[in-house]
Amino acid sequence: MTVYAAASLSEAFEDLATEYEAANPDVDVKLNFAGSARLAAQISAGARADVFASANAATMSRVVAEGRTAAPPVLFVRNRLALVVPIDNPGNVTELEDLSDDSLVLAVCAPEVPCGALAQAVLADAEVDADADTEETSVRAVLTKVTLGEADAGLVYATDVAAGGDKVAAVPLGPQIRFNDYPVAAVSNRDVAADFVDFVLGADGQRILWSHGFDSP
Amino acid sequence: MTGRRTAKEPNRRPPIAVVVMAVIAVAVLALPLVGLLQRTPWSSLGTTLGEAATLEALRVSVVVSLLAAAVSVVLGLPLAWVLARLDFKGRPLVRAVVLLPMVLPPVVGGIALFFALGRRGLVGRALHNWFGVDTLIGTTAGAVIAAAFVSMPFFVITAEAGLRQLDPRLESAASTLGAGRWTVLRRITLPLLAPSLAAGATLSWARALGEFGATITFAGNHPGRTRTLPLAIAQANEAGRPEAAIAMSVLLIGVSLLILIGLRHRWIAPRSSRPESSPETSPS
Amino acid sequence: MSVQAEIRAATGGFAIRAAFDAPAGSCTAIVGPNGAGKTTLVHALAGLIPLQQGKIVLAGQVVDDPAQGIWVPPERRPIALHSQHNLLFPHLNVVDNVAFGPRCAGEAARPARQRAEEWLQKVGLADLAGLRPVQLSGGQAQRVGLARAAACQPAVLLLDESLASLDAETRTDVRHLLADLDTTRVLITHDPVETKVLADQLLVMEDGQIVQSGTPEEVAAEPRTPWTAGLLDINLLTGTAFGTDVALDGGLSLTTATPMTGPVLVTFSPAAVALSTAEPHTSARNTWEAEVARIQPESDRVRVLLGPPAPCHVWVTPQAVGELDLRAGTRCWAALKATELTVREA
Repeated sequence: MTVYAAASLSEAFEDLATEYEAANPDVDVKLNFAGSARLAAQISAGARADVFASANAATMSRVVAEGRTAAPPVLFVRNRLALVVPIDNPGNVTELEDLSDDSLVLAVCAPEVPCGALAQAVLADAEVDADADTEETSVRAVLTKVTLGEADAGLVYATDVAAGGDKVAAVPLGPQIRFNDYPVAAVSNRDVAADFVDFVLGADGQRILWSHGFDSP
Repeated sequence: MTGRRTAKEPNRRPPIAVVVMAVIAVAVLALPLVGLLQRTPWSSLGTTLGEAATLEALRVSVVVSLLAAAVSVVLGLPLAWVLARLDFKGRPLVRAVVLLPMVLPPVVGGIALFFALGRRGLVGRALHNWFGVDTLIGTTAGAVIAAAFVSMPFFVITAEAGLRQLDPRLESAASTLGAGRWTVLRRITLPLLAPSLAAGATLSWARALGEFGATITFAGNHPGRTRTLPLAIAQANEAGRPEAAIAMSVLLIGVSLLILIGLRHRWIAPRSSRPESSPETSPS
Repeated sequence: MSVQAEIRAATGGFAIRAAFDAPAGSCTAIVGPNGAGKTTLVHALAGLIPLQQGKIVLAGQVVDDPAQGIWVPPERRPIALHSQHNLLFPHLNVVDNVAFGPRCAGEAARPARQRAEEWLQKVGLADLAGLRPVQLSGGQAQRVGLARAAACQPAVLLLDESLASLDAETRTDVRHLLADLDTTRVLITHDPVETKVLADQLLVMEDGQIVQSGTPEEVAAEPRTPWTAGLLDINLLTGTAFGTDVALDGGLSLTTATPMTGPVLVTFSPAAVALSTAEPHTSARNTWEAEVARIQPESDRVRVLLGPPAPCHVWVTPQAVGELDLRAGTRCWAALKATELTVREA
């Protein structure tokens, strides 16, 4: 069985696959991680995927519109935005409003990719006029620049904070109303595809996803 | 009518195996391009290419790649001279180090640039303390440095090969006719090297034009400053806009082809700088 | 003195030691086997090789004196060098090659070009001014190289085998050109005729050292090494040809096999002359009576030097010396076949 999952789901889905394989010894789960848009394009082009887990609803709806899904997509987790800074916090960033300081080196995702769209929306809600120094196409590239201390602050997903290890610290953002919704859908008609989607939505699957920083929808 | 055969070419039939391999090689190189052109949305091409963002990326690409090529020439020529003319102990090592960026994955190159020039890097701290350079992320200077890092080796090896091909006796001959060092450089060395220098500069420019990994890693992606065409292409691709990515790729390919075709004479028939004379020098 | 040289230098493990002077306007020919160090010596004069010891003074200017820490680079020495490899600049056409020196000396483009054209005229290549060096034959390239060096109008002109690949006719023209120059010339050559016609002074180099020096006549009369003897083992006379008759400058008339007109050089091998005590009656077209100037026994043969009217040297066996009773001051008859004579334009 082949599962196409958004890059931000990498660690969580590796754990999910291990757990699923343990419960179903006859199934071999192959994982393919990339940006949601790219995965969607591959599925549209006829890639043999059984399950597609997207990092945003818009991308999933494009695949649905093309009739590539075998079942309607279901939201399975959502992801919060997180503000990360290098562990020594050289820019002295303590709240979202600090990002309006132009002398800060700020890394964000490009607005075209889901984490960038989320960051834009959150900044707009807070009425923070932040001038990003770089718009990365991958959330992990944002994290890398913060990890190296080359950026003073970065806007990433809550689930990425752990990947920064002890080199980054998260700045609390307070209660958020904005989330990125992650839908999952079976792409093929195979039974294992539907079964895997059920597993992701079930208690065991959700527990694993929480442990990686995701929230339930 | 009888065909005329010249004495120089007694056997004009090419070896079949060679031709077959050559055709396969062309296919390997050209088929992806053909595929790309076949998928190009020609009708919407003009719209995409006319977008302000595309033109801005093109402008950044041209500026960054030209500056990177200029840096490559200015720093690379003395380096090529040292490698070609000075016999010193660590020369093989220096040459290997110089060529390393050609094999290094550009992303790794970008990270390595941070370790050198980043705000916590070896030299970067000095840049920060002495010149007040806070960061190179999101600056055109950073993009130029990243592009020069990957493209300079192309200039250096071409220029070094040219210098090695150049007969140093021509330079000493000029000196015995009254030409000082500067005159020798200006009237003999540089004119004889010109084809190699042009080829090397163009190669490094072409490499800088296509540069992606080191730039996005080291200089980031900032519209109007570091977002070159390759970065814009990658971004369009990530954002699920493959048509825009393809359109900009076609633009990039078009510009690159123009350069390479302009260069073809240098490639195929490099002018020899050796005079017509026996190469041996006996102390007779 | 235009050249005062005391040279100790080395290139690539090969060392030379040589000392010589040359007066202003003189021509010094350097001969020697391959690998003798001739080019090294000329390169030391040119400044392409620094001295280890010694001193070089060119036209009154000390250009190399390691003891004093003086070393003048080639471009500031009053010299021009024509290398045996020509080393024409491939990116410049013929006339620009020749104008290179004058331009370096600060001349403006137009007069430099004019001078270059004059020199091309002198070497007979005015028509080729616009060609690239690759389009020239070996001999043409050599003449261009020579013109390029000469156009610098240096105090000392250094010529490394500048006539080597020229055909007989152009060789004569170029030799005239070199003979007529009033600049001091130092030339490396392999040609005994060139040596005898051009040189005021001959230096013989072997194994990095000058083994003999003097006027060409002095050296030819008493070669100190077998190589020198071999090189100079030829008789050269001058005269004027009228068809197959040549009136030698010494008064004798010789018959040759090659019809020519005007001033000529006549050469013949010392082994081609037969000596006898009485007037010979042979098929040889040329016979004359002469006084024996000197007898020089060598290992297995004897060199007999004859005086006027046709001064030359002749090889005879030791037995013949006894049979003919040859001694300095005795008279004898010489016979020489017309076909043994080589005649060329002077």
